[in-house]
Amino acid sequence: MKTYKNSIFILFAHPALQKSRVNKQLIRYVRDIEGVTFHDLYEEYPDFHIHVAREQQLVVKHDIIVFHHPLFWFSVPALLKEWMDLVLQHMWAYGYKGMALKGKKLLSVISTGGRESLFQEKGYNRHTIAEFLYPIAQTARVCGMDYLPPFVVHGTHTITKEEIARNGEDYRKIITGLRDGTIDLELARTLPRLNSDTDSILGMQEK
Amino acid sequence: MHGEGFFFQAFVYLAAAVISVPIAKRMGLGSVLGYLIAGFIIGPFGLKLIGTEGQDVMHFAEFGVVMMLFLIGLELEPSLLWRLRGPILGMGGLQVLITTAVISSIGVVLGLTFQTALAIGMILSLSSTAIVLQTLNEKGLISTDAGQSSFSVLLFQDIAVIPMFAVLPLLAVNTAGSPADSASARQGTSWVEGLPGWGHALAVAVVISVIIIIGLYLVRPFFRSVARTRIRELFTATALLLVIGIALLMSKVGLSPALGTFLAGVVLANSEYRHELEGDIEPFKGLLLGLFFISVGSSIDFGIISANPGLAGMLVGGLIFIKLVILLMLGRVFNMGSDQNLLFAFALAQGGEFAFVLFSFAVQNNVMSTGLANPLIGAVALSMALTPLLLLVNERLVQPRFGTKEEESGEADSIDEVNPVIIAGFGSFGSIIGRLLRANGVGITVLDVDSDKVELLRKLGLKVFYGNAARHDLLHAAGAEKAKLLVLAMDDYKNILEIVHITKKHFPHLRIFARAAGRSQAYELLDAGVDHVYRETLDTSLRAGVDVLRDLGFRSHQAHRAMKTFRYHDEESVNTLRHLRHDHKTYISHARQRIEDLEQLLLSELRDAEEHHDTGWDTSTMREEIGGSGEKEQKGI
Repeated sequence: MKTYKNSIFILFAHPALQKSRVNKQLIRYVRDIEGVTFHDLYEEYPDFHIHVAREQQLVVKHDIIVFHHPLFWFSVPALLKEWMDLVLQHMWAYGYKGMALKGKKLLSVISTGGRESLFQEKGYNRHTIAEFLYPIAQTARVCGMDYLPPFVVHGTHTITKEEIARNGEDYRKIITGLRDGTIDLELARTLPRLNSDTDSILGMQEK
Repeated sequence: MHGEGFFFQAFVYLAAAVISVPIAKRMGLGSVLGYLIAGFIIGPFGLKLIGTEGQDVMHFAEFGVVMMLFLIGLELEPSLLWRLRGPILGMGGLQVLITTAVISSIGVVLGLTFQTALAIGMILSLSSTAIVLQTLNEKGLISTDAGQSSFSVLLFQDIAVIPMFAVLPLLAVNTAGSPADSASARQGTSWVEGLPGWGHALAVAVVISVIIIIGLYLVRPFFRSVARTRIRELFTATALLLVIGIALLMSKVGLSPALGTFLAGVVLANSEYRHELEGDIEPFKGLLLGLFFISVGSSIDFGIISANPGLAGMLVGGLIFIKLVILLMLGRVFNMGSDQNLLFAFALAQGGEFAFVLFSFAVQNNVMSTGLANPLIGAVALSMALTPLLLLVNERLVQPRFGTKEEESGEADSIDEVNPVIIAGFGSFGSIIGRLLRANGVGITVLDVDSDKVELLRKLGLKVFYGNAARHDLLHAAGAEKAKLLVLAMDDYKNILEIVHITKKHFPHLRIFARAAGRSQAYELLDAGVDHVYRETLDTSLRAGVDVLRDLGFRSHQAHRAMKTFRYHDEESVNTLRHLRHDHKTYISHARQRIEDLEQLLLSELRDAEEHHDTGWDTSTMREEIGGSGEKEQKGI
């Protein structure tokens, strides 16, 4: 089997995928990429009984961890939170002996019902997406991980099929780029979203 | 004499069975008919490979019936027997009384003396335990209403044989004979010979008590010491010794050996050696019954039949017709569904194997002449041979017209779409699965052997097929080719295993979800290629365990998580221990196997105790790290 610069672990959390419009499409673009392990949390643990040892083994094997989920009440779905509570153990993920995650990267891939304009200081939600994601960002920091700017798809209630497809393509390009290490992370960190300008961070902005 | 000796005889019988039974089975005729045909072919009226010694073989092979009743007894716990007392006495009693009365009256009308007519009536009221139970078992119908009723009636008949032996000598027409040899004619010397009535009764009571006491108190320690020797054949020998001993004891006091071994079986039904005994006796029973059926087939006297085919036809037809009508009326009186009633009547409408013995006993006691008895014996044998055929006629021709249809006659508007799920067995287990699936809009096709249930489900609009799913053609009719998965939810494990084999062979694409009673069944089913196994008591007992933990003061969530962790490891262990089992090269008994399985299980749990420890939300190491107190919370509360 071919080895890649980075292996990627996508932790996907959606409690009702059968009703999903956007995420059901998005995952189709990434779940079969080589070097990517796609892990459907609600499919694996419908009873919320997470097998901690197994999850830890999976995480350790990968370089980049992706939390892919819809934004529920400005946070992660319950099962992903349960996953964090149980899997990110002291002495394993953090603490002076907890080095399992050190040096890995963490990426949030998020869909929101609200349009991008709502997530501003002056907007209805009064905070930016980055601000809502502080708990995740800080979790990554405590675990010695590098938290990347989030990949966000806004306005899922009104989004068109074409837009979903374009986001799907971006998702694939970015995951592939992360896998091969071809993303300009310096540039990416200056942008609000990882998918603000996908072509630029991939170094192919001949638009 | 055609035989050069014992080996030639054995060769003929075995070859006949081995050739004809598979052919009969393939043609859907059942093994009993196969044996009967084999007997006819090798008999004096077929290839003449065996002569009149077939009669002696038959007497020997009757012991198969004795063994069968022992096995039936083993399956019947005393409590179940007690529950069946109504049907046994009511239905069985009425069947014997009415049939005796009707046939005797016909005999009197035809000019026989009252005594002779009564004897014939009594003898012909009996049906064939061997043929009926074997056939119903094979068709998986024994647990239906009709099956249970048939069993009850047969049991009563087996009991009724005893007073018949007592009464027959009193019916002697010509007292010049020797009425003294009452019960002794059957089994040679009898201990009760010459005893007065009360002495006889006392002897019977003593023998029955002895059998019960042996069964309850002596057999277990005895078997334990035999089992300890670890010599397989010694156990078999002991099992045979038990059955033969009881049979001998019973006949010594003039009782039916079958009844005695049945009693012993019931007493041992709760013992831990039950499966062991079943496994040991089963092959003997099967062989002897096969031999018995072959000898019945060979003994059908086609000389008499061809000499007077009209009379023979009348006798056989009349016998079957009279019994059929009476049984149908009985079924109606006892509120049987039309379908079950048909099955019940067709199953029992024949003469029984006891008739052979009773008729010759009657002749010895001058109740009737040989000239009268022989055609009747022929008629009984022929009616027995016709039973599997009659059941087929009922199954294929009568029931489809008058009873529950095997396949729903498609109403005009019913689109014959294929459901993705086939559920075999719609009892407590299967019906829950089916309801869940239907509540979620998943189409199901149901297979069940209980016609009353089938009728009900059809009324409710379900797609239901009537019959045993072990039949390849029924699975085919139910759409097994296009279905995605098959749920085996019956409580008859042997049946489930059989269906698994058939499905694996004919419909390998079907994913199989099977019910299992316990671990050892789960192991076997997985080995047979089942995709998912559900141990029926696992979830219930785990829920009980959770409630016990909570009652002891565990937090709800804690108890629940402990259960989930336990369940996970338990399911894992099914897979690991299953393979471990195959390492055993030597034979060990079922009971021993269960103990060893449990041992393995407990050992592995001791080894992996750490894995059951819930590390979630544990802050002790954190407090240790920042210099707080490091002691852990008390486990449990």
